[in-house]
Amino acid sequence: MAYSDKVVDHYNNPRNVGSLDKSRNDVGTGMVGAPECGDVMKLQIQVNSSTGVIEDAKFKTFGCGSAIASSSLATEWLKGKTVDEAMEIKNTDIVNELTLPPVKIHCSVLAEDAIKAAINDYRTKQGAGVSAETVSH
Amino acid sequence: MSKPIYFDNHATTPVDPRVLEAMLPYFSDNFGNAASRNHAYGWAAEDAVEKSRKQIASLVGANSKEIVFTSGATESNNLALKGVAEMYAEKGNHIITAATEHKAVLDTCKHLEKKGCRITYLPLKGDGLIDLDMLRDSITDKTILISIMYANNEIGVLQPIKEIGKIAKEKGVLFHSDAVQAVGKVPVNVIEDSIDLMSITAHKIYGPKGAGALYVRRKSPRVQLTAQMDGGGHERGMRSGTLNVPGIAGLGAACEIAQKEMPEESVRLRGLRDKLRKTLESNLEEVYINGSMEHRLPNNLNMSFAYVEGESLLMGINDIAVSSGSACTSATLEPSYVLKALGLGDDLAHTSIRFGLGRFNTEEEVDYVAKKMIDVVNKLRELSPLWEMFKDGVDLSKVQWTAH
Repeated sequence: MAYSDKVVDHYNNPRNVGSLDKSRNDVGTGMVGAPECGDVMKLQIQVNSSTGVIEDAKFKTFGCGSAIASSSLATEWLKGKTVDEAMEIKNTDIVNELTLPPVKIHCSVLAEDAIKAAINDYRTKQGAGVSAETVSH
Repeated sequence: MSKPIYFDNHATTPVDPRVLEAMLPYFSDNFGNAASRNHAYGWAAEDAVEKSRKQIASLVGANSKEIVFTSGATESNNLALKGVAEMYAEKGNHIITAATEHKAVLDTCKHLEKKGCRITYLPLKGDGLIDLDMLRDSITDKTILISIMYANNEIGVLQPIKEIGKIAKEKGVLFHSDAVQAVGKVPVNVIEDSIDLMSITAHKIYGPKGAGALYVRRKSPRVQLTAQMDGGGHERGMRSGTLNVPGIAGLGAACEIAQKEMPEESVRLRGLRDKLRKTLESNLEEVYINGSMEHRLPNNLNMSFAYVEGESLLMGINDIAVSSGSACTSATLEPSYVLKALGLGDDLAHTSIRFGLGRFNTEEEVDYVAKKMIDVVNKLRELSPLWEMFKDGVDLSKVQWTAH
């Protein structure tokens, strides 16, 4: 299977690899997928709670090159967006940007799910106000 | 060192230059039809075919009259299973095989099930070997055939062929073995192994693609087959079709070279394989060998690199040709059924790599591959949330994953 240049670029130079402190109230963590399915994505955002702007984003992904590229691209797109804007990112945007073949569309779906899960986690924390230990995998 | 480095010799092998040399005259000067009995072109072609038959028979301890030429092992497997099922339909309709057989056997069995055969798919033990007691217990008075491969194409595990042959003989059941990975790599002898039918292909032993053979025993017992290809009655009526003379000459030459060089070559490849294994094991944590190391082809290594998905690994080692049991590398999105049959979890099956060494691989290549593997596995583990969790002491089996 041939990979698009953009997938190869993200695979060779993944952006924003790493982890944020998931116990922090301004950090939202999304972990989606399962090892048995061959893909697990962890995506984290750090949000400025007064502006709602995502100031940092990090990821770690177990999965094929397209899954790595999808999550790497997602972190690039998330930085600088508000949480509401980030909710608008669609998996089809990722498919188009990376020119993913049909068999790899699920990688983009997973990335969208990871974004939503991270935002939901952040919002839950903000709503709850206190609990730092409610992060679920 | 030319790139990409080829470590996928279970998929296919390059044609040995000596094999090519043996084939070339039969494309041009001696282009005759081996069935043309009344002129020199036909005789020359027939001589080449008969020479090849002897070369193959010699390698596997058969009589040359017991070799039926086919287009390859898929056809040989189809002919053996369907041919026996039809010919012995009055005796019974039960066939025993194993879950880790090649698709050419498994899908043929599925076809036969639709035609009214009953198939037993034996499960495998954790090391990839079949359970002989279970085999014995599966045999009924309706059983006509046992089909068990000699060596597995993914994990290289060698089945207890002699013991299976003994059981089959004792019970009066025919025994077919798909031996494409074993012939020319380890000693195979149809007499000592009590094999009645055996599939062989040229392209796994440095011969050309499109040439194969089926060994069909002629004495004690005399095996009969219903032909699956009707036509001119070639190959004693078992397989019609004009013989692929250059391919057949290549198959014969490949067998002769294998017979001569196997003792030395298998020792050399085992040494290289073991070096690869040791280097990987001593430099990486959490790597697992799939299948028995003791009962294994000398040139095979199948390893899982936990927490690193197979396809992303292949992408990182794109100057090395290997294959993975990961779902992502197949069209089905299912990880290797062979690894799953060993009881391996899907998670580890997704992280497996098959290394198949061959005649033209060198120690320099092994060193390069080992180093590259270590670098890429380490890089991808830095990227892997599972590796991070493992390092943090999280029990991944207890995590509630979100299925998708």
